[in-house]
Amino acid sequence: MTLYIFLTLAIVSVITALLMVFSRNPVHSVLFLILTFFAIAGQYVLLNAQFLAVVHIIVYAGAIMVLFLFVLMMLNLNSETEPQKSTMWKIMAAIAAGSLLLTLTGALRGSVQLATPVQSNPRVGLVENLGKVLFTDFVVPFEIAGILFLAAMVGAVLVGKKDLKL
Amino acid sequence: MSLILLFTTALLIEKIILISVLFAITLGVAAYSTYGERKVAAFIQDRLGPNRAGPFGLLQPLADGVKFFTKEDFTPNAAERWLYILAPGAFMFVACMTSAVIPWGTQLTIFEKPVDLQVADLNIGILYIMGFVSLGVYGIMIGGWASNNKYSLYGAIRASSQMISYELAMGLSIIAVIMMTGTLSLKEIAAQQAGLNWNIWYQPLGFIIFLVCALAECNRAPFDLAECETELVGGYHTEYSSMKLGFYLFAEYINMFISCAVIATLYFGGYNFPGVDPGWLGGFMGPIVLFAKIIFFIFVFMWIRWTIPRFRYDQLMHLGWKSLIPLSILNMVLTGAGVLLFEN
Repeated sequence: MTLYIFLTLAIVSVITALLMVFSRNPVHSVLFLILTFFAIAGQYVLLNAQFLAVVHIIVYAGAIMVLFLFVLMMLNLNSETEPQKSTMWKIMAAIAAGSLLLTLTGALRGSVQLATPVQSNPRVGLVENLGKVLFTDFVVPFEIAGILFLAAMVGAVLVGKKDLKL
Repeated sequence: MSLILLFTTALLIEKIILISVLFAITLGVAAYSTYGERKVAAFIQDRLGPNRAGPFGLLQPLADGVKFFTKEDFTPNAAERWLYILAPGAFMFVACMTSAVIPWGTQLTIFEKPVDLQVADLNIGILYIMGFVSLGVYGIMIGGWASNNKYSLYGAIRASSQMISYELAMGLSIIAVIMMTGTLSLKEIAAQQAGLNWNIWYQPLGFIIFLVCALAECNRAPFDLAECETELVGGYHTEYSSMKLGFYLFAEYINMFISCAVIATLYFGGYNFPGVDPGWLGGFMGPIVLFAKIIFFIFVFMWIRWTIPRFRYDQLMHLGWKSLIPLSILNMVLTGAGVLLFEN
C-alpha cells in the first residue's frame, strides 16, 4: 500500500516538475510547481513528518508561490515579450548543467552508503519531538538560521525604504 | 486480521457518514447565510428584506440556486479556458477542506457506540487550517488572471497581497494561543476550555487581532477591496457568470462559517458552556452549543459588514503591517511572560 502511494506521488512529482520546466507560459510553470510541492508534502506525510508537510505547504505553496505568481501576473511575461536566447547560449547552458549533474552523480556514487533509517518510532516527526531536538541537539544551527532570517528581514526593510540615506 | 479489517471498515464508514453530514451542514449553513445576510442588512437599514419566496422568504436561497444554475454560462473569448474553469472549483474545494479538523463536540453515542465528532484529529490541526487558508488565495488569483480582464487582474492582485499581509498577523495571534495551551490540536484546545475557562479571558488582544484578520481573509467588508464594485466592477469575478460565480460567492460564505467555527473553538470554548455538559442529549448538546456560538459570530460578521465603510487600499496595508503585526508580536511577548510567571 505504502509503496503504491509512494510511487504515485513520485510519478506525479516528476511529471509536474518536468511540465513546470517545459511549459511555455510562466504562470502555468508556477502552477505546476505548486502541484510538485503538494506531491512532495505527500512524501513527508508518508515519512511520518506531518509537521514538516504542513509547514512545507504553508511556506512554499501558501506564501512563496503566491509571491511568485503575484510578480508574474504583474509583469505579464510571455514568449513574445521575453528576449529570445540564441542557440549558442542554449548549448552552453546545457553543457554547464550537464557537467554539474555529472559531478553531483559522481560525488554521490563515491560517498558512503548511508544505512536506511529504521522507522522504529512512528512519532518521530511530531511537533513535540521536533521541537525538543531543535532546542537541544541542534540549538546552535537553529539560532544561526534565526539570525540569518533577521538579517534578511532588516535588509528587505532597508531596500524597501523609499529614500535611502546612508 | 479480519477483525482489524472489520474495525477499519467500520471506522471508514463512520467517517464517510460524518463527512457527508458535515458537508451537507456546511452547504446548508452557507446557503442560509445568504438569506441571513439579506435579512440582517434589511434589519440594519430598516427594510424588510426577502419575503416573497415561501414564508418569511425562507425559500430565497433555493430560488437563488435555481437562478445560478439556469443562467447563461459565459466564457470570455480571450480567457485562459482551463484555468478559468478550474479556479472557482479550486476555491470551493479549499473552502470545504478546512472543516475536517474542527471538533464539533465530544462524542456521540449512536446505537451504544461512541462516535468521535471530529473527522480527523490531527495533532497539527491548527496548522492544517492555516495551510488551507493560505491556499485559498489561488482560486481568486487564477480566476482573476485567467479571465484576461484588467479589473479581474486588479481584484486578484489586491486579494493576494491582502491575504499575504493578514496571514502573518493571524499566524502570530494563533502562536500566542498555542503558547498558552501547549498544543496544536484543536481537540485538546477545545477540551482545555471546559466550563467558562475560555481563552478569550487570557487572550483578549489576540482575539481582536484574529477577528480582524479573519474578516480580511474572508474578503468581507470592510476588507472587500478585492471585489469592490465602485472601483473594480466586480473584482476578480467580473467575468464569471452562472454557477461559476455562484461557487465563488458560496465558497465565501463557507469560509465565513469555518472562520466563525475556528474563532469559537480557539477563543470561546468550542462546544463548552458553563452549566452545560457537552455529553447531554446523547452527545448532541456539544454541537448545539458550538453552532449557537458560530451563528452568533456569523451575525457579528454581517453586523460589521453593514455598519463599517470600506477601507482605502493604503489604509488596509497600514493596518495590516504597521498596527496588527506589531500588536500581535507584543501579544506574543506578553503571553510568553504570562506563561513564565504563572506556570512556575
